[in-house]
Amino acid sequence: MKRQGPVVVAFIIGMLMLIQFFTPNPFFLRLYNLFLDWKQVVLGCTLILGTWSLIRYHTRRIGRRQQNWQYSYVTLIGLAFMVLAALIWKTEGGPYRWMFQNIQVPMQATMFSLLAFYVASASYRAFRARTFAATLLLIAGALVMLGRVPVGALIGGNIGGHEVTVSTIADWILNVPNLAAKRGIMIGVGLGMTATAIKIILGIETTYLGKSD
Amino acid sequence: MRSMKAVTSRPAAMYVPLSLLLFLIAFVLLCAQDVPASPARVRAADTPDDWGTCLRLTWSQAGPADQIETYEVWRYDGAAPALTIPTVAADSVDMLLKSLGWAVVDTVKITDTTFTDTGLDAGSDYTYIVAASFGATKLPSEPTVPVSPSKQYLRGATVNVLVAVAVFMALVVLLVEWARRGAKLFIRRIAGLEAVEEAVGRATEMGRPILYVPGLDPMDEVATVAAIDILGQVAKKAGEYETRLVCPNRDPIVMAVAQQVVRESYASVGKPHLYQDENVFYVTYSQFGYAAAVAAYMVRERPATNFFIGKFYAESLVLAETGNATGAIQIAGTDSDAQLPFFISACDYTLIGEELYAGAVYLSRRPLLLGALKAQDYAKIIILVAMVLGIIIPMLSPEFFETYRSLFG
Repeated sequence: MKRQGPVVVAFIIGMLMLIQFFTPNPFFLRLYNLFLDWKQVVLGCTLILGTWSLIRYHTRRIGRRQQNWQYSYVTLIGLAFMVLAALIWKTEGGPYRWMFQNIQVPMQATMFSLLAFYVASASYRAFRARTFAATLLLIAGALVMLGRVPVGALIGGNIGGHEVTVSTIADWILNVPNLAAKRGIMIGVGLGMTATAIKIILGIETTYLGKSD
Repeated sequence: MRSMKAVTSRPAAMYVPLSLLLFLIAFVLLCAQDVPASPARVRAADTPDDWGTCLRLTWSQAGPADQIETYEVWRYDGAAPALTIPTVAADSVDMLLKSLGWAVVDTVKITDTTFTDTGLDAGSDYTYIVAASFGATKLPSEPTVPVSPSKQYLRGATVNVLVAVAVFMALVVLLVEWARRGAKLFIRRIAGLEAVEEAVGRATEMGRPILYVPGLDPMDEVATVAAIDILGQVAKKAGEYETRLVCPNRDPIVMAVAQQVVRESYASVGKPHLYQDENVFYVTYSQFGYAAAVAAYMVRERPATNFFIGKFYAESLVLAETGNATGAIQIAGTDSDAQLPFFISACDYTLIGEELYAGAVYLSRRPLLLGALKAQDYAKIIILVAMVLGIIIPMLSPEFFETYRSLFG
């Protein structure tokens, strides 16, 4: 029962959710909303698990004096301070809001802005024209980049009665070969997702329960 | 003198018909101006794809939009008796309709010509009137034919999906059964998955940990389920080689599942003692906070192998580029088409789209799962055939030949 129970639950819930998609019966809709509410409850409970995991991870680091263990103090103090600040001064204002707006938001923005440099280094590697495919990628990339800026619409002219500019070429690259490849991937992804869902509902795939055979 | 009189009286004689003509023109113009009229062609019909609780009303504009103020929707529960409204005074119309059992359902804007009445009983008749309202005047339409909402057990818009799911489900069951009976199923080689063994072996040789990032999405995302399935296989190999596997998580539910999967995988290869909770841990729910923590881990601990499997967003490049800079062998897999180029450029191997879902099957080689994987291939053949037919069939129409002929003279 210990092994079959979760598979049976997955089958029943999976089938109910599948039926819910195809029928307008309000009973299934209510059931769907109920499960969504329960998901939030479970998430709230597991958040406690997550926080406990975080505390254990960093206290062990401090205890074992692992490399850069001092930063674990920053994490734990920050965690405790934010919890206390939210309990004492509430989240609408006070130190909690100030810390969030002036420390967390700028730090996240900093991480996000690092992407610009990472894009540059990744593009450099991808665009090195060593092979035919890489050269093609370089040309397509250059055309798309140039086509996305205003000057792209000015480069080109009328060829055989058609307005051909870098912008129109960029649009064609994005809307024809790029979109065709994307759609191919999306069809595969859709089938893969459906197959995985069916495997879980029918109990063929059980790795997510922690059992592989 | 006579001639002089004649000259002066001629223009006067012309003014009369000219004035009459101008008057006529003005009259015609005035008559031609729209005057408010009651809404026409009021129709009530059952709303499709519902449980018999809604009816949808449509009507034509009553008159000039600058004169009408609002439309009032009136409902009569049942088949309304014949109705004659001798007045257009708003108060009198309201009083008369209410006395006959009609009730106002709602008031809608003048630009609207549709209304959906909700909260009705399936199978009961309802009759409607739409009244154009302006100032103290109200012009009700003719009552509609009595209509009753009916229950639909199946959403019409999802029938094609239902057929596709049924066909696909049948294919999966059929091929799983086929595989169960021992049929040999060919699965093409996937380089990224072939490299898993090599990647784990490399980490073992270097004495460094393996980093496994199961994406950023929660457990209800199928990509995360696939990532956890692959984690189980990677953990088995890590257990066999006795190599430390580290799995930082962004979602606490995923963390709980990942802990269980890794523990079971170690146990299944006879190395339960290798499992430590501290290696599968929670970091933060913040997207870039998580990216910063994982990137910092890569820089500090220098894992020999990085797996980025699951659903990723803008942080994908931060992770992949940092891993690339540390010199780790990197295997990525995602169904996020926007992140694929970043992984392809920064990682050694990338599982593209469906390969992510095939990962666990490919690594485990379990016959039952291979059957389900093979079903995907057959479904793709069906889709391909449908696409080709979709191209060919319109080309067989006479209109197509006509267009073709006109293009080439």
